[in-house]
Amino acid sequence: MSCQRAQELIHGYLDGELDLARSLDVEQHMHECEICARTYRSQTTLRSSLKNDSLYYTAPEKLKKRIQSSLRKEARSKVSQRAFGWRWLTVGASLAFMLLIGVVVWRLVPGSIRPSGDELLAQEVVSDHVRSLQMPGHLTDVLSTDQHTVKPWFDGKVDFAPLVKNFASQEFPLLGGRLEYLNNRTVAALIYQRRLHYINLFIWPAEQAGSSGEVTIQRQGYNLIHWTDSGMNYWAISDLNSVELREFARLVQQGQ
Amino acid sequence: MQKQNKLASFEEAVLPHLDAAYNLAHWLTRNDTDAEDVVQEAYLRAFKFFGGFHGADGRSWLLTIVRNTCYTWMQHNRSPELSVPLDDELHEIESKDLNPEALLVQRADTLMVRRALEELPVAFREVLVLRELEEMSYRDIAGITDLPLGTVMSRLARGRKRLQLALTNHMHAEVLT
Repeated sequence: MSCQRAQELIHGYLDGELDLARSLDVEQHMHECEICARTYRSQTTLRSSLKNDSLYYTAPEKLKKRIQSSLRKEARSKVSQRAFGWRWLTVGASLAFMLLIGVVVWRLVPGSIRPSGDELLAQEVVSDHVRSLQMPGHLTDVLSTDQHTVKPWFDGKVDFAPLVKNFASQEFPLLGGRLEYLNNRTVAALIYQRRLHYINLFIWPAEQAGSSGEVTIQRQGYNLIHWTDSGMNYWAISDLNSVELREFARLVQQGQ
Repeated sequence: MQKQNKLASFEEAVLPHLDAAYNLAHWLTRNDTDAEDVVQEAYLRAFKFFGGFHGADGRSWLLTIVRNTCYTWMQHNRSPELSVPLDDELHEIESKDLNPEALLVQRADTLMVRRALEELPVAFREVLVLRELEEMSYRDIAGITDLPLGTVMSRLARGRKRLQLALTNHMHAEVLT
């Protein structure tokens, strides 16, 4: 055994990761080679310097509480959504009745607020957007301005292939992509930038094939535009002004 | 109901490994606040993808997510650290060049070890932390860092050599002053 090989295998030996035959080879070599034997001894000393509890960082109690409460929040928001959907599905008979009441209320009180699917989704999109900007490193899972890097990154992570284009020449450079949980499923998020504004573009397959026109909404100071194109849902959100965000939406639509 | 069960089984499987998560995040970010943020984010991600976890080893599974979250964080905040070249075989210290006098012969003190380990490039630091502090097998380390088994061993060998050299230098400097 050469010293060069032994110098590496000594570490496997030290860690108890070698099979018997190779362990014996290393031992044999150390009998014959003082330099390697000394390396082994000094590595044992180094290891004992590292076996020191005060090198281990223990999580502060407040972090545990913080994580537990954020998990509760996450779990709760999903439970309420699910319960909402379930009721609509099962209670077929009262659905008609509720609709009737709904129509009556609708007529009696014009402009009454009823949370529609879009409304809930818009809320989710806003929270995802805000969270992506708040948490360090949350904005992108794959950081690349190259559409040929970002697109294949989604392979096997989502059950569809989002269209990824870089609009850098139109001053909407692509920053990267990540996975996001929205509308009770994993969706693709693409991140674009205009000056100092970030744009999150969420993409996932629509329940029905086909296309629908774009809808612009404002929530909590953010502009949101959503549309359906060739059986895919698109939601774009940013603190960018609505004119430029619409320009962005056009680019995405033309990019199809 | 199902979601509440999901939360309960998630907490049971993954929450006990909070210290391991925090320890790794702290060694990678080298900072209390950043480590806490990264760990919280990693737990939320882990919860989202808990459906893909099949109960083998909660600690390794979580640490894989923690490491990925750390790297994403570093790409945004410390990208120069990630581009430290590792192909330094050329100026790798050969054992025969090591002066026997310069070999570490006594235990180094904690502060010195902490500093030396913190100063290692992240690629060496992470395998050393997983091996020495977390006491994980090469196989688990390979899974977490997405490296072949052989590379885990050679990273450990090179990381330890660098650490040893750094400590020896520190100690000599101390003796001389």
